[in-house]
Amino acid sequence: MSAWPDRRRNSSLIPMAFLSTSKTRAQRYDAVIVGSGAAGGMAAYVLTKAGAKVLMLEAGRHYDPATETPMFQSFADAPLRGASTPEKPNGFFDATIGGWVVKGEPYVVKNRTSNEWIEGAVGNRMQTAQNFMWWRARMLGGRTNHWGRVSLRMGPLDFKPRSFDGLGFDWPIGYEDVAPYYDQVEQLVGIFGSKEGVENSPDSDFFLPPPKPRAYELLLERGAKKLGLPVIPARMAILTKPLNGRSQCLYATSCGRGCAIRANFQSTTVLIPPAMDTGNLDILSNAMVREVTLDAQGRANGVHFIDKQTGEEQHISARVVILGASACETARILFNSRSTLFPNGLGNSTGNLGRWLTDSTGGNLSGQIPALENMPLHNEDGVSTMHLYIPWTVERQKAMAKKGVPRGFYTAWSGGRGMPGLGAPLGLAGDVYGKKLKSEARRYFGSFIDIFARGEMIPNEKSFCELDPEKKDRWGIPVLRFNFQWAESELNQAAYMQQAFADLIESAGGKVTKQPEKDGSKAITAGGSVNHEMGVARMSARAADGVTNGFGQLWDCPNVVVADGGVFVSNPFKNPTLTILALAWRACDHVLDGVKKGEIPAPA
Amino acid sequence: MHPPSSQPVSPLALSRREALRRILVASALAVSLDITSFAVEDIRRIGDDPDLLKKEIPWPRILTESERKLVTVLADVIVPADEFGPAASAVGVTDFIDEWVSAPYEQQQKEQKIIRQGLAWLDTTAQQRFGRSFAACADPERTTLLDDIVRDGTDLHKAGIAFFRLFRDRVAGAYYSTPEGWAAIGYTGNVPMAEFPGPPPEALRHVGLA
Repeated sequence: MSAWPDRRRNSSLIPMAFLSTSKTRAQRYDAVIVGSGAAGGMAAYVLTKAGAKVLMLEAGRHYDPATETPMFQSFADAPLRGASTPEKPNGFFDATIGGWVVKGEPYVVKNRTSNEWIEGAVGNRMQTAQNFMWWRARMLGGRTNHWGRVSLRMGPLDFKPRSFDGLGFDWPIGYEDVAPYYDQVEQLVGIFGSKEGVENSPDSDFFLPPPKPRAYELLLERGAKKLGLPVIPARMAILTKPLNGRSQCLYATSCGRGCAIRANFQSTTVLIPPAMDTGNLDILSNAMVREVTLDAQGRANGVHFIDKQTGEEQHISARVVILGASACETARILFNSRSTLFPNGLGNSTGNLGRWLTDSTGGNLSGQIPALENMPLHNEDGVSTMHLYIPWTVERQKAMAKKGVPRGFYTAWSGGRGMPGLGAPLGLAGDVYGKKLKSEARRYFGSFIDIFARGEMIPNEKSFCELDPEKKDRWGIPVLRFNFQWAESELNQAAYMQQAFADLIESAGGKVTKQPEKDGSKAITAGGSVNHEMGVARMSARAADGVTNGFGQLWDCPNVVVADGGVFVSNPFKNPTLTILALAWRACDHVLDGVKKGEIPAPA
Repeated sequence: MHPPSSQPVSPLALSRREALRRILVASALAVSLDITSFAVEDIRRIGDDPDLLKKEIPWPRILTESERKLVTVLADVIVPADEFGPAASAVGVTDFIDEWVSAPYEQQQKEQKIIRQGLAWLDTTAQQRFGRSFAACADPERTTLLDDIVRDGTDLHKAGIAFFRLFRDRVAGAYYSTPEGWAAIGYTGNVPMAEFPGPPPEALRHVGLA
């Protein structure tokens, strides 16, 4: 399949033909896609290019990074110097519309102290009493407007963890099934990195050149190598060369604000414009999907949604329904798609819907490196993430498994001479003021580092989502409640991270700014708070074990496809977006094949 | 390139776009369900979908003129003008402190109490020690007081160090997040580059890597 047309125009500058809810919308589409993020955007790209007429439904508003992104603004250009507020938990300039709380659309979690069900609220991932936090975006492009751009292929072991060590579950597909789609996605999206040959961290033939490391990263690299740990260039969905009509990164201003020049990956800048160019895509924003509808034979024939601007409920007919609403929102739609044929929800005939919910583990430790004090002035912005990182190795995994840490993590960091915000670097300067304060700020600026990790959680029985028996959102749609528990393997891992971070900081010539936490339950991030919630509609080799087949088609209803993180069987320490893109592409190719072969007939 | 950070903003000024948006949101909500409480509660907050290209402060500022004057004087003692850059008040730090302590959020409301009580306490202390307000004190008198506050074991330290640390951190943060503050701290980024060059030789030598 040709990934991109030769003729390119700057689609993001052309107003998209957004539909009104009553005028130009077609009566019936080949496919309706729920969600506009990595999964929805990729599905739209693949299906429209194949000639399918597609309607994309987005629960949030239209959003255009080309005109809405605060590129180059200082924090003084924001209210409260851009500080985090309950409404903008990642700070004023964060592109996300949404967050831990979406007004009028509650979810229910357990208070770990009182053990009571409570409504999910704004929280700090290290301090909250909630067992689970749920990040949602309500905007075109969904959570691709938020993510860290870390783009790591899952490796062969990540698809078959149970075969490796007897823990967790194997996917019904393997690395070799997904590898060709990783190739295609990387050519379309643009990922920088380098070929390193690290086992289970597959390289790409299509890496763009990685940016040079910063001074503090070179110190960490030296420190890590003394500890026998590999350090390699990071792998990020940020262009270091022009690609497919998009500009390369200009090494300033944070990716989290969005990117007006389209140098990083957002669905709105990479997937939706070429899909719009086909003339086959209609997009309806502010459309909150409630359920998938079925015909008399039990085949899906469309979706019911609420037009959020009028509160009216509407129906759209389609031959295929693609769910890309984000794992848990997709599960919620399926739970709410109840009928006489599927009284417990569509896709739930074998009782697997909502189960095996996972998130990445996370932890961090801060330090300071005296050698970085009074650094000769230079621009260290680079891309807005780390340029180097420490991959996990199979060797380390085997060694750590013997110490009660069966699964691993990658180690990364932030630091350096980034754009100053409200936190001045005076933590070690004492109670200085006046000219002394100004010289101390200059001395310490850029000398602090924060080491963090993203690790693997093994799916467990106690972590799942379900419908709350009572609570409904403002549209009258039943909401989710979350059961979530880290197991011993994750808590041990989080405690081990702390010591590993402290060792790294000291090996790099630095000092920790607080002692490493020995209690894993205090060192680990709250469930869900790393925003990598996966599972809940997992794929399986047999209908009895999961919700979808190896292509994301519901076992209950093959013309409904789960294209998002819901299908993940494991949740390894490889941020999921790249794999979601690859799996969504693969799922849509299979849908096209099924339509061609007549396996997906038109609904009655 | 950067608008002045100290631009006065009328407390309730909303852009036309923002005002329209809020009306639309409010009416959409009214159609659907009984959630009128949202609209009332939201009106003086940043909201979850603000225009990121505009700096709008929707809440009224609460500091009195005399408090603002004291903030200005104290902030300039903490961050004075020197060879690296201007004093705090020259880059809008007074306005920032007023904006911060007036904000309707839990953290800022907590800090408002500490800061306003601290300002009043500082003036009372200056009156007791020197017979005049802190703002009316001479420079050496001001630094005498601050030196006592930051010195461990003094009564002033006990009474005022929590206020001092909070106020100093907010003043320093507000200062260094301006382009003038960038120059003062040695931040040279936020400029477009064709390639990222990595650290220069003198930086590598500085950290012992060359």
